[in-house]
Amino acid sequence: MRLDKTELALIGLAVVLLLGGLFAAPGWLIFLLTVALAKALVVQGVVMQMKAGLVSFGQGLFYCVGGYAVGMGGQFLGISAGLVLLAIGVVAAVVLAMILGLLMTRYREIYFAMLSLAFSMILYGVLVKSQELGSTDGFNVNSWTLLGQTISGGEQATHAVFVLTVIAAAAVAFFLNRYYRSSVGMTCEAIRENEVRVEYLGLSPRWINYANYVAAAAVSALGGGLTALATGHVDPDMAYWTTSGEFVFIALLGGTGSVFAPFLAAIVFSLVRTYAIEFLPNAWQMILGFTLLGIVVFLPKGLWSLFTRARVDAPVSAAPSSTSNTRTGGARA
Amino acid sequence: MKNAQSTTTRVAGRIAAGVAAAALASTMLAGVAQAAENGKFRVGIVTFLSGPAAGPFGIPSANAAKVIVEGLNKGALPAPYASKGINGAEIEAVIIDEAGGATKQVEEFRNLVQRQKVDAVVGYISSGDCLAIAPVAEELKALTVFYDCGTSRLFSEDTKPKYSFRTGLDAAVDNIGAARYLAATKPDITKIAGIQQNYAWGQDSWHDFTLAIAQTMPKVKVVENQMPKVFQGQYGAEISALSVKKPEVVHSSFWGGDMEAFVLQANARGLLDDATVVLTCGESALDRFKDQAPNGSIIGARGPFGAFAPKNALNDWFVKSYTDTYSMAPTYPATKMAQAILGLKAAAEKAGGGNGTVPTADAISDAFKGSTFESVAGTVKMDRADGHQAVQPISYGTYKYDPKTGKATIENVMTFSGDCVTPPDGTTSDAWIKAGFPGAKCN
Repeated sequence: MRLDKTELALIGLAVVLLLGGLFAAPGWLIFLLTVALAKALVVQGVVMQMKAGLVSFGQGLFYCVGGYAVGMGGQFLGISAGLVLLAIGVVAAVVLAMILGLLMTRYREIYFAMLSLAFSMILYGVLVKSQELGSTDGFNVNSWTLLGQTISGGEQATHAVFVLTVIAAAAVAFFLNRYYRSSVGMTCEAIRENEVRVEYLGLSPRWINYANYVAAAAVSALGGGLTALATGHVDPDMAYWTTSGEFVFIALLGGTGSVFAPFLAAIVFSLVRTYAIEFLPNAWQMILGFTLLGIVVFLPKGLWSLFTRARVDAPVSAAPSSTSNTRTGGARA
Repeated sequence: MKNAQSTTTRVAGRIAAGVAAAALASTMLAGVAQAAENGKFRVGIVTFLSGPAAGPFGIPSANAAKVIVEGLNKGALPAPYASKGINGAEIEAVIIDEAGGATKQVEEFRNLVQRQKVDAVVGYISSGDCLAIAPVAEELKALTVFYDCGTSRLFSEDTKPKYSFRTGLDAAVDNIGAARYLAATKPDITKIAGIQQNYAWGQDSWHDFTLAIAQTMPKVKVVENQMPKVFQGQYGAEISALSVKKPEVVHSSFWGGDMEAFVLQANARGLLDDATVVLTCGESALDRFKDQAPNGSIIGARGPFGAFAPKNALNDWFVKSYTDTYSMAPTYPATKMAQAILGLKAAAEKAGGGNGTVPTADAISDAFKGSTFESVAGTVKMDRADGHQAVQPISYGTYKYDPKTGKATIENVMTFSGDCVTPPDGTTSDAWIKAGFPGAKCN
């Protein structure tokens, strides 16, 4: 297996994050990074579909399924193994996505967005009416174990979830990077550009979208499960449309240029938000709004285009001949 | 031409990103510098500054926190809180917004404790936030005072709290109190209906109220309950459904805009001509009902708070300072916030240490546990959940509006002692009500 530059960078970043997180970062920053990376996994799910031209305004559905699987698995099934709980969430989301996908893949554009939103709001409605699950208050996640070790609060819990999240995020990004460069991944972009032509090539856009939708659900559920382990609490807000909106916001912030983009955007988003709350407690939403506005105006391809632009520019000024690698993640002149 | 333009955008984009990055980096450094010890008693205040709960609850609470903190720093409060600050140390309040859900609140709570290094956190209106924060408070060993959230599950699930306290009352108390008030003032009624917001608060309130009313008024029949979704705003269909059942009393745990909208619409449609409405959170809109709520409507304040607060020097000072600054009287959330901060001050000073020092969270929580302190709402005993949950009386009264002065007042006030409406330790409110309030000591 040969690793390309992105993959090497991924592994390097993951190691740096792990070392920095475990030995240098203060507790609040580790937690912030954990939640940001876990949410970035859900954003990866949104981006996977964006690449195929579909905007999911209901990715919170799978985020919530993943989270509730962790909460309910501990609370009602008595399972305490963290990895098993996460797996239950992923399996549940995949099963759900396989059913919903049959309907969802028949729709495009705004219809897809609205239908995805509708399904997540149905789950929200059901959870709000389930008093056994604490309705809108939700419930707390039991203490859990990781490879036989009981994780019971304190610094150890924060670190355990952090390590788990970084490894999961790196693994998902690794596979997504390969997936995007595979023929199926490339076809997703082709579907966005011209679906009819893809059909003429003898491929079925619907089933490619279906596979993509199910895979996105699995990735998002993993993010939900990790968030639940980190915060120790789940509530129906996870499926509410504003949560899904936040994922789309982060996806736009980062852009679809690279597997790094959602992680970068989620971390920037969390940092901007937490400092906005600290310094402007009455107007922090405005700061977030202006940030998105600024990105849309100055960086229409998201934060990631800062890096790709630099890469395109560099050869022009330094070595005009070497312009072979100009794949800029959809940036078209 | 095109090229030049795109270069400009590119440069602008880079400059924007550079500025943003620099700003971010500098704020992070500033945050670190600020977190250094400065000898002040830093308190994180968390309450809704945006969203639907901000107007009726969050803003009055934040205002109350400012009034109390400013007053304490000047040493302007009457005894027993005449000393400056907390334990002689100046209080520094860090106010943040509670909006955004439990995940975000857990993150912000950690930021308050670990980045801003607050000595204590006072806050939380949403029960979901309280449930999520309580275990984190224990994990971080951060002294946390919940001032408003009402869920009965707070201390029943987290069985061994050390650092978390609640100076507000359990929501079950509201509804046990309402059931007792009805039994005392309207013993002849037979038909009761309800309307609640369809989320945890409304569901729990109706559950507790129907259990309690079955005990206090066994002859009463519950004829209808409507559960519209929260923040619906239009209640035409629900009001019709209630009207046809001809209830004599309508119980509602509505709050904020929903409550005002319901009262306005139910009054206009004649439902409240025949039925008396019981509003467990009614006091929070006392100044805003004007002639829209019928006289005789039964309103509560989730304890002896707001307009129900007893007359004492502390409350007189609080009402005057609050009214002077915000040109309206403090409503119940404001009183509850004031009470929480005073409780914290009392505990911190009981914990002792030299003048001007900030006691450790362990010392304050040991002193807080099982303590009795004076508040703007009378004497508070931390007497439940192993000394972590406050016990106080609860009051209900009827609304009276004087069109000449434009002022609303409360009449026919009845107060039930804490032990009359609060389940003893070791019993859930559910089991206690169902068993017929064993051990309740009523005045």
